[in-house]
Amino acid sequence: MKFVDILQQWSRPLRDKGVMGLNERNISYINRYNSRHLYPRVDDKLKTKLLAERYRINTPELLGVIRSHGEIKRLAEVQPAQGGFAIKPSKGSGGKGILVIQQHDGERYQKASGEWIDRSRVERHLSNLISGLYSLGGSPDVAIIERLINFDPAYSDFTFEGVPDIRVIVFKGYPVMAMMRLSTKSSDGKANLHQGAIGVGLDLASGKATRAVQHDRPVMEHPDTGQALSELIIPDWQHLLTLAASCYDMAGLGYLGADLVLDKDYGPQLLELNARPGLAIQLANGCGLKPRLALVESLDEETPDRPDAADRVAWAQKQFSTPEVAFELPVATV
Amino acid sequence: MKPEQIHAKRPKSLLKWIIVFLLVAGTAYTLYRHYIHGIAWWPDTRQELWDVEARVEFDATGGPVHVKLALPASQPGFILQSEHTASPGYGLGFDEGRQRYADWTLRNGQGSQLLYYRAQFRVDPQRRIPQLGEPPEIRPVVWSTPLKTAAAQLLASAYQVSSDPFSFARALAQRLQNPDNQNARLLLSELSPVEAMLRLLNQADFHAREVHGLRLEDGRRRQPVQSLVQVFSGNEWRLFDPSSSQPSATTSGSDAKVPLLLWEQLGGPVLEVVGGKNSSVTFSMLKTSEPATASSNTRMASDALLSLSIHSLPIAEQSVFKTLLLLPLGALIVVALRVLVGLKTSGTFMPVLIALAFLQMSILTGLITFLLVVGAGLLLRQTLANLNLLLVARVSAVIVCVVGLVSLFSVLSFHLDIESGLKMTFFPMIILAWTIERMSILWEEEGPHEVLVQGFGSLMTATLAWAAMDLSVMRYWMFNFLGLQLIVLALILMLGSYTGYRLSELRRFAPLRNND
Repeated sequence: MKFVDILQQWSRPLRDKGVMGLNERNISYINRYNSRHLYPRVDDKLKTKLLAERYRINTPELLGVIRSHGEIKRLAEVQPAQGGFAIKPSKGSGGKGILVIQQHDGERYQKASGEWIDRSRVERHLSNLISGLYSLGGSPDVAIIERLINFDPAYSDFTFEGVPDIRVIVFKGYPVMAMMRLSTKSSDGKANLHQGAIGVGLDLASGKATRAVQHDRPVMEHPDTGQALSELIIPDWQHLLTLAASCYDMAGLGYLGADLVLDKDYGPQLLELNARPGLAIQLANGCGLKPRLALVESLDEETPDRPDAADRVAWAQKQFSTPEVAFELPVATV
Repeated sequence: MKPEQIHAKRPKSLLKWIIVFLLVAGTAYTLYRHYIHGIAWWPDTRQELWDVEARVEFDATGGPVHVKLALPASQPGFILQSEHTASPGYGLGFDEGRQRYADWTLRNGQGSQLLYYRAQFRVDPQRRIPQLGEPPEIRPVVWSTPLKTAAAQLLASAYQVSSDPFSFARALAQRLQNPDNQNARLLLSELSPVEAMLRLLNQADFHAREVHGLRLEDGRRRQPVQSLVQVFSGNEWRLFDPSSSQPSATTSGSDAKVPLLLWEQLGGPVLEVVGGKNSSVTFSMLKTSEPATASSNTRMASDALLSLSIHSLPIAEQSVFKTLLLLPLGALIVVALRVLVGLKTSGTFMPVLIALAFLQMSILTGLITFLLVVGAGLLLRQTLANLNLLLVARVSAVIVCVVGLVSLFSVLSFHLDIESGLKMTFFPMIILAWTIERMSILWEEEGPHEVLVQGFGSLMTATLAWAAMDLSVMRYWMFNFLGLQLIVLALILMLGSYTGYRLSELRRFAPLRNND
């Protein structure tokens, strides 16, 4: 009996706050709102990219595709004459198999870490990628060559090595929650939360940081740079949310995670879409997803015609603003 | 309502009805089995029965066929309750003499032939049957010169340490089993252990003969008969096995650890086939039980439900089902741990397959050998990773390595006298190879910590699944009350629609519980 009491005591506050668990996400949202036949649109990054271009959603420019071992020699035609580019596996996941080249002279290539490598190394990477080394289940893959993101140096103190990205949960076309993922030394420059990246909750109304977590536990500043995370604010916020919201029209998936980056020159860019977005975003924002999802679900019967992405963003920004800033709470209590 | 919501509502209530139906049907069939078929709730209130099936196989050569199979009779400890044969197209006669035989005859046989004989024995340790037949005559024994001295020395030393025919026979059997006894080695270089023991006993003027028996182990398939020596003393007889060192061999009847059923009692052949070649006879056995009160005839009634049940299958198939019917239980545990606890495992149902392997060995040796094979496999896989191979080739290479490792460990444990190491072959090799591959990728991508988490989760799940499937009560229920399968299915469906938190999530989301 005692054990049941403890369970009750632990789960009731979570339930009251509308925190969503994996079981509920799978049954009530992914199974219900995401049709299986639409998955390839988001699981295959090349498909996502081509679709995005058709829907005029900004993505890093596609320089070329290398589809077979015989085409590897075409890298010389595809790569930009100068400047950087990224090689990505189309069916990769979790940032595996991405090779970022800062600059090159045709024979030697400089990686993001600054190390110079020979062309043969790049070609071997392409060969491995096409053989399926980085794809799910090891199925043959194609390599996407795309323009490098130029991240605004004003934000370099918020991240260690990698480019931070912004995850927006889009439910039936409405952005419901957002966070920024900052890579750290312990995440090895990757923006994956379970590898130790920092998740920063973002206020939907303003694009300001509300709180931050690392390894599911609250943090105040970036462990490697010492930058106070509360100072983070995303520019061009409304534009970014509209971009995320319009991904629903493109992918057709009701419950969607959109990963975006900020480019210094081109503004917000769509990196990839996720049909099974994780739940850590609740920890980063310090609140549950369910009340917001329920609000969007209840909306359906009331609005007769389809609002466009900008209308949906405006509605969501009004509904889901978080006025209080949790960052200041611990400071005030000390 | 939008079409999406209509879709969403309907499966929920449909699911509820399916679950209710499964629960009602499962409970009803379980009650039916108990009250109408008289299957007791608990295994220990029951009468033990052994179903033994002989399977005769041969290739007919085209002419008349005559098959003669020795049949067992009631004997101390076992009472022949019923017997059946399956032999389509054959004429059948029974030859009831001092040894019973079945005679199958056919005018024109062609191609491969399959004959079945099935007998059911009731275990009855109290029941004594009058002595079976006359003790055999003592045959005069002539040894070749080199064997003569060896035989004499063996007899003399066995005679020294014995007081009656049985202790004498036991002493002889021990000497023949001893690999260091020079005299015994010499005899066995020319004679089979049974033949050598018979000759020695006859020379010492004791009545003895060769018989054929079956060791009864539940769920065994394709077992051969074994040659044994039956030694007489006055009105009593006992069995001795000079070829194996298993102590249980010297006792007969149902109360021994591994009960022994006498199949053939005159020292003749078990199977004779005229008009066929490549003949063989193998045996399957299955332990079942029924209430001591119910007679077997009422159970065998022409009940439509019963005759459709798996209890009407041949014994070899039934014993497959005895294990197979435990699988849903393992699956239920996997689902429960995943959905309610949130335990991470490497490969969703890999733990169930590992648990099945644990059932064959003991849990401790199972865990140790699993860790050994996977650990060594991970090291080998690391070497393979440097060779830069394609995935399928790499996993295939790991399979070869796993087979090699298992063989190596088996040989090592045999020479170190660890018997359970020999059962390592029960592990599903392909699954092991995939586990190693997955673990090693996990190691590279997420680090050793995640490997430990998933490895621990997998072993935890496997151990719990093993614990549930190893309970004798559970085995009894799952096999005898098929209605429980429906209830397990209903539970799985219920868990499949559970939207509450996982135990691990209560910890994960703890910061959300405390703030403001």
